[in-house]
Parts: sequence; C-alpha cells; structure tokens
Amino acid sequence: MTEYTLRGQVAIVGVAESALGKTPDRTVLSLQQEAALGALDDAGLALSDVDGLFVSGYQYAERPAVLTAEYLGIQPRYLESTNLGGSGFVAAVERAGAAIAAGLCETVLICYGSTQYSSRTRALGGRPPEWSYQFEVPHGPALPLSAYALAATRHMYLYGTTSEQLAEVAVAARQWAMRNPKALRRAPLTVDEVLASPLISSPLRGLDCCLVTDGGGAVVVTSAERARTLRRQPVYLLGSGIATTHEAITNMPELTETPARASGALAFARAGVRPHEVDVVEVYDSFTITVVLTLEDLGFCRTGEGGAFVSGGRIAPDGDFPLNTSGGGLSYTHPGMFGIFLLIEAVRQLRSDCGERQVANARTALCHGTGGQLSTAATVILGREA
Amino acid sequence: MSLPLPLPTIDPDTQPFWDGARRGALLIQRCRDCGRPQFFPRPRCVRCGGSIAWIEASGEGRVYSYTVVHRAPHESLVPLVPYVVALVDLAEGVRMMSRVRAADSGVVQIGAAVRVAFERVSDEVTLPLFEVVGP
Ligand SMILES: [Zn+2]
Repeated sequence: MTEYTLRGQVAIVGVAESALGKTPDRTVLSLQQEAALGALDDAGLALSDVDGLFVSGYQYAERPAVLTAEYLGIQPRYLESTNLGGSGFVAAVERAGAAIAAGLCETVLICYGSTQYSSRTRALGGRPPEWSYQFEVPHGPALPLSAYALAATRHMYLYGTTSEQLAEVAVAARQWAMRNPKALRRAPLTVDEVLASPLISSPLRGLDCCLVTDGGGAVVVTSAERARTLRRQPVYLLGSGIATTHEAITNMPELTETPARASGALAFARAGVRPHEVDVVEVYDSFTITVVLTLEDLGFCRTGEGGAFVSGGRIAPDGDFPLNTSGGGLSYTHPGMFGIFLLIEAVRQLRSDCGERQVANARTALCHGTGGQLSTAATVILGREA
Repeated sequence: MSLPLPLPTIDPDTQPFWDGARRGALLIQRCRDCGRPQFFPRPRCVRCGGSIAWIEASGEGRVYSYTVVHRAPHESLVPLVPYVVALVDLAEGVRMMSRVRAADSGVVQIGAAVRVAFERVSDEVTLPLFEVVGP
C-alpha cells in the first residue's frame, strides 16, 4: 500500500449546525451561510481565512461550491463539489486534508444545507429510470428504502436477525436524542412502538427510517500547525478511507457485505487504531439495518452478529458502546446528507462539549458515512492527540 | 393500469435488451473472449474488456432477496400494493431486479424458483417480470 501521510497533519477546528427541522422561510444557501459562520466563529476564524471550499448537495446547483462561494462573498483558490451521497462529508475530510497537505490551501470550509422537508424533494422513488436504474425503477422499488430493505431481508435470512433487533437501533437513537436539546424527536420510544409503525418496504417500517428535515451544517479543517494556534481543542484526522462497490443495489455483489469493509479497513490501518480503541462511534443511520451492517463491516462485531450486538441496551446511553450520541438521522435531524452531522457530533464529543450525553473520557472517535443504495462508504478516525 | 409506469430511459447500450423483451426474449450478454455473463448491458466485458454477444437467457432463476412494497413510489403502482420486488439470480449467473407476480406475497421466499413472464406496459416497453414456479 502506498504511504498515507495525513495522520495527525490536519485537524477539525470548528463545527456548527444551522437551524434544523422545518425552515420554510429559508434557502439552501442561507442555511449554509448560517452554519458556515457558526463553524468559523467556533474556530475563532473569519470568512477571510477560508481558502478552500467544499460543498455538495442535490439538485439546487450545477456547481454547488461556486454558487456557495458567491453567496458567502469569498473567492477560494480550492473548490470541491464531489457528491458521494451520504458518505460525502466524511469523505470530504480526507480530501480537504489532502489539499491542505499538498499546499493547495490552508483552511477549508466544508458546508451543507438542504430544504428537503419544506420543498418536498425527498420523494420515495425519486431516482430517474436511467442508466442502470432503468432496470430497477420501472419495477416499483421505493428507492432508496427498498434497496436497504432487500439487504435487511437477506441479513435476516442468513443470520436470523429480527425486526426487534432493528427496532433496538431506533430506540437507542431516541434515548440519545432525549439528551440532545437540538434533537427534533425527543419523546420516549419503545421497541413495540417501532414494530407497530406501518410497513413501508418489508421488513422496514416507518420508524426504521431516518427523519426528513431541513437543515445545514459546517466543519472547518486546517493544518495541525495552525490548529494549535486556535481557540478550541483541535480534533486531528488520524485515518480515513473511501470505498464503493456499485451504484444501483442490483449490482451490489453481496447485500450483506458493504463498502464499509474496505473503507473501515483503510481507516483503521492508516490510523494505527483498532476497533476496541475507539471511544465513540457515529455511523450513518439512514435506516436501522444500515447501522447493523456497518458495525459488522467496520469490525466492531462479527458478520452476522450485528443484530445481537445492538440489542440489550449496548448502544443506548448507559450501554458500553456509545453510538450515534446525537440521536442520529433517526431522531436528531436528517436533511438528506447526514455526513456533516456525524462529524459535528464526533468533534463535540472529543471536546467534551456534549453535556448530558457526553461520553466520559472520549479521546478517539470514528465517523462513517454510507451513501446511495449502500453504494459508497467513507470512514474517518479522529482523535484529541495528533 | 390507469397511469403510465415510470418507463425506462432506453439508451444505445440497452436498446437490444428492451427490443428483446418486446418480443418475449430475456436477453443478457456473454463475453466472446472469457465467457463471463454480463448484466446490465455494456458493449465490452467488465472482466477482460472483450467484445460481447447477446444471448437469450433461459428465464429460470431463484430469488436472492425480496421486499414487499407497501407504499408505492409512483401513483401508477398504488393499485398494486402490496407488491413484491425481488432480486433474481438467473441460472446463467447474472442478477436482475424484478417485480414478482404473486397472488399471495407470502409465497415469495429467498431461494424460491422463479420464471420470467412478460408484461407489456407501452408500445415501446415490455417489462420482464417473474413468477414463482417452485420452492
Ligand atoms: Zn471477458
């Protein structure tokens, strides 16, 4: 393997969300501006310090980074709009690190905004029936949900995973959300309530699915050297990995072997960290099954044991595996591409900013994004020490 | 069916597949050089880069996984809910997504034997669907 030179060389120095939930009076760009200014303020930096801008999102612009630069009133010398879906912003940390390490820019602003709730753009089946999707969409799958449902059916068949075990993921997320004042769903939730929610694409039910909300988020990345001069505890990039196995679910080689296997292996090897050394884990919970598959493929438990692993309160606030401590896409917020919020929460945990939901002695965190129909994966391992 | 289904955006790579379906043939590809079966259609083999030939598949396969859709993603599918969408492994070694026609969705299980059937949905498009023929 070629040598990875980013370990400890760059750090996240500022994070913020915009308004979350229902924001009918806001634009995609104003949510980005609010988050960007919040993250820069958190870092003790100004827009004039930003010389790299990473923005991606759906449908609102041909060149999202260029449009956002114009809106923010900046002229960065490095622009990036790669869209990997839900893994995108986790992957962006790696690319921002590479750009900084190569001397192409010094301070990168990564931001996202979406009005998918208010503009009702997140329809099931919202994939055009073209390219490889021309062989799927005419058959009526509710995409992306049905793709994850197909994986869930297969996992249940192979390993005996149950709907109750999937429901545990949603219940634990809600228990974390009850400790997060910014979370949008904070009423108590039980396994029975999840199992009583309507089937949408079997075996997945309404409460197996992430929220649909508006919102934005931003993260500021800079060199480790500069990070040490700023006001907040730097959160260093230790390792990262990106992977893809397919675009449309029909072309995924095995539905229970996700690209998290490859991205996670890269990130752990590059960081020199092993799974049991991670203190807090933030993984994309688009659907409950996504979490089970991801935990297995990252090596936190063995293949087939994910259902048992998430059960019995292990991933809930008083369990021994702190997971999705914000409440996740299932209960905190989900404006379409949740990756930026995985990073925001991991940074807050590593800085001990999390109040009632703070994980004691959190020194190392893992963020993992999943995009498309289990199509893309990005993993980063972050730490308080370089 | 009262409303049109979301029809495939047929392109030059895939035209022969849809032409085949219209005359009741399920077409896949096979590499002329290494023999690897291929679906979805592309003009070259993804393993060796060789040129491909179109072949007619047997239409026999088994269910690799399935989901029962209760909330239709498109208005035209509302009258069909709940309906089964499956991934089918064809005997020739390629996988396809398809709706599985079944009076009772409970008969669709992983491993069930299925056989292709064709459903004309427009002048241009006939969809290859599958029916359960055995456990
Ligand atoms: Zn070949």
